[in-house]
Amino acid sequence: MAVAKPSPFNPDKTPHRLTMKGISKGFPGVLANDNVSFDVRPGEVHALLGENGAGKTTLMNILYGLYQADSGSMSINGEPVQFRSPKDAMREGIGLVAQHFHLARRHSVAENIALGLKGTPLIYPVKALEQKIRTLGTSYGLAVDPKAKVWQLSPGEQQRVEILKALIQGAKILILDEPTSVLTPQEAESLFGVLRRMRAEGEAVIFISHKLDEVMEIADRITVLRKGAVVATLDKKEASPESLARHMMGKAVAPLRPKTKPPLDKAVLELNNVWVKNKRGMSALKNVSFKLRHGEILGVAGVAGNGQADLIEILTGLNQPSEGHILLEGKDCTPLGVKGLFEAGVAHIPEDRNHMGIVPSMTVAENLVLRQYRYQPFSRLGLLDWSKVTEFAQTSISDYQIATPSKETLTRLLSGGNVQKVILARELSGEPKLVVAAHPTYGLDVSATALTHDLLLKQRERGAGVLLVSEDLDELLKLSDRIAVLFAGELMGIVDASRTSREAIGLLMAGRKAQA
Amino acid sequence: MELELILNTIARALAFSTPLLWAALGEIYTERSGVVNLGVEGMMIMGAVVGFMVGQATGLPYLALLVAALVGTLMGLAHAFISITLNANQFVSGLSLTIFGLGLSGLLGRSYVGQPLNVAMKSVTVPFLSEIPLLGPALFTDQKLLTYAGLIMAIILWFFLNYTRWGMTLRSVGESPKAADTAGIPVNQVRYLAVAFGGLMAGVAGAYLSLAYRPSWGEGMTNGMGWIALALTIFALWDPLRAIGASFLFGAFFYLSFTKLQTVIAPELLTMMPYIMTIVALTVIALGQGKRAFGAPEALGIPYQRGER
Repeated sequence: MAVAKPSPFNPDKTPHRLTMKGISKGFPGVLANDNVSFDVRPGEVHALLGENGAGKTTLMNILYGLYQADSGSMSINGEPVQFRSPKDAMREGIGLVAQHFHLARRHSVAENIALGLKGTPLIYPVKALEQKIRTLGTSYGLAVDPKAKVWQLSPGEQQRVEILKALIQGAKILILDEPTSVLTPQEAESLFGVLRRMRAEGEAVIFISHKLDEVMEIADRITVLRKGAVVATLDKKEASPESLARHMMGKAVAPLRPKTKPPLDKAVLELNNVWVKNKRGMSALKNVSFKLRHGEILGVAGVAGNGQADLIEILTGLNQPSEGHILLEGKDCTPLGVKGLFEAGVAHIPEDRNHMGIVPSMTVAENLVLRQYRYQPFSRLGLLDWSKVTEFAQTSISDYQIATPSKETLTRLLSGGNVQKVILARELSGEPKLVVAAHPTYGLDVSATALTHDLLLKQRERGAGVLLVSEDLDELLKLSDRIAVLFAGELMGIVDASRTSREAIGLLMAGRKAQA
Repeated sequence: MELELILNTIARALAFSTPLLWAALGEIYTERSGVVNLGVEGMMIMGAVVGFMVGQATGLPYLALLVAALVGTLMGLAHAFISITLNANQFVSGLSLTIFGLGLSGLLGRSYVGQPLNVAMKSVTVPFLSEIPLLGPALFTDQKLLTYAGLIMAIILWFFLNYTRWGMTLRSVGESPKAADTAGIPVNQVRYLAVAFGGLMAGVAGAYLSLAYRPSWGEGMTNGMGWIALALTIFALWDPLRAIGASFLFGAFFYLSFTKLQTVIAPELLTMMPYIMTIVALTVIALGQGKRAFGAPEALGIPYQRGER
């Protein structure tokens, strides 16, 4: 690990560049920020660390003027400020490099930077700017050709454009939201070089991340958020990856669900050395192998975007692995598509229930047979048998307690919990061998969550294998027999749910292999 | 004999390309802002009929041109209101504009059918240039002022789009409205202006037909030129300068379909050519890397709403 050059500024004597005091922000149903206090000094990289949903992005959106805090105050260089829009924030010298870049891809680098600037000349607006970009780029190590079109640039170079844009707009406080998530390790290293130089120039940098190693490498101070509240603000010297992981994950112990019988020995699903390429041609899953047994729930943990979605896609036929095999009860089912896998007994409870799970403008009855309408008894010789569909719909509505005015109601009118019940009723009705459930309780209320958990446990009791992908660690600990952890497309390890700790899973999720 | 046919074709193609060029330049600006307007045909024919009516009433063809441009602008604004403010489907709105324009122009122009225009726009001959051997007479005698104005307009619009701050603003709104919004650009306002300008240009294109090209009124006299202008917008890859050459080419096909050539080649085949060439051009671009460099504006046809990803 590289040793960070100490800042030339004396941290105790320089006034804070930014102070946020007692910030609270609520959304319907959640308190995203709970009395958060946070400050940054000039010449400092201050990391904001936390799991997904810990409130990091909400806090930064408040700072950038995208949201208004419900309570609390902010000041810059000791002067109280209030931001109603990003424009206000920019005027006070706050620059944001978002996770998803805001760039016009067919414009040149210089044109993108000129767009938000005041006082550009009417004719040839970018001419003078091009030289400025070159000079500033060289001095910060952010070299990028100002005439290049953005679509020709790698994600790393596009990020440099965003940083340059912020600097040229006069940013004195730079926010970087998960900046390394789109970068190769080499690009990340050069970004750290840039940040070190900015620190030496007296800039203040807020570095948002959930990766422990990079936070330890680049930050001077680290503030850990959990469930919207500050858990700790530490000097880098007092912090260790272990202590940070402990702060991040918390200590809550989930009550274990009683399981009546152990999993069977026979594997229902087996992955052998599976590789998957994503749309950009990068490996989203790297050499993943595991077995899932009959009567077992295998949880899959990981920070969003580490390969979980790609795993679900290949298991449900939405994508094909580029290498490796998927075996269902010992039979190779790699090339089967969505329809083939459904017929082979794979049920899918998708992540985005309103877009992937149902056709919102069709009725509850139609959505209940969306997968099986083409088979007996719902259709014969290509003609739908509506009496059978109606019968099935009525049974499902009462069995799964779907709260709907009638089976003819349009599904989009149902609440999230009831939409999920429609999907569960449809997917579980055929006694599947394998249930692939993606974030099945995300956004559901307590009773719908409990029902979903019961149904998944019932499938386990029945002898089906359940693959449960979730970001809710409590849910995984509660339901799973074993928990597999994905990081950057790699399987970091599979742990026994009854014998592991949140801290151990947290370290795996942050990319640290289990120590023997 | 053949030389004469070629020179004649060149001269007529230039005259024919004029309404295509004006309408296409307007649509290029409209689409570069991210809005599709399929109402070009309707805006053109309304420009043609109103232009004729005003011209006949006042005897002032250039005043008539101005009023036609105003009518086109108003129709463009109607499309902007429906598709930008109300967020309705752009394609349906544009198509309705075409159908509406064709119908209303027929009604308004009923009593004018068959009348020649009393005072038409004069033909001009460019001094010196018209004395160039062969091409001089073909390109520089007996053309209308609007023909040359269209060519100059194309060059100005090209420069404006690529080398001025306002042009950059317009392009950014069509490429990445979110980036533009973040930079403090009023996305919908810019789009309104661009769509209104597209209407203005289509109104001029229509008025050229009834005031200069064939100084009379006939129902449906635009005869699908609005659709050719839409194909031209794509064929020129949304670039005003390329639109000059493309409009000349399409004008030539249009003219040839009325000539003696139809004894050799079916005229339908010739009128089909602009569309076939547009499809070929789109295919070639989609196959190569060129899509990113030359393709449609990235936000084309997508309404912008703040807060949506």
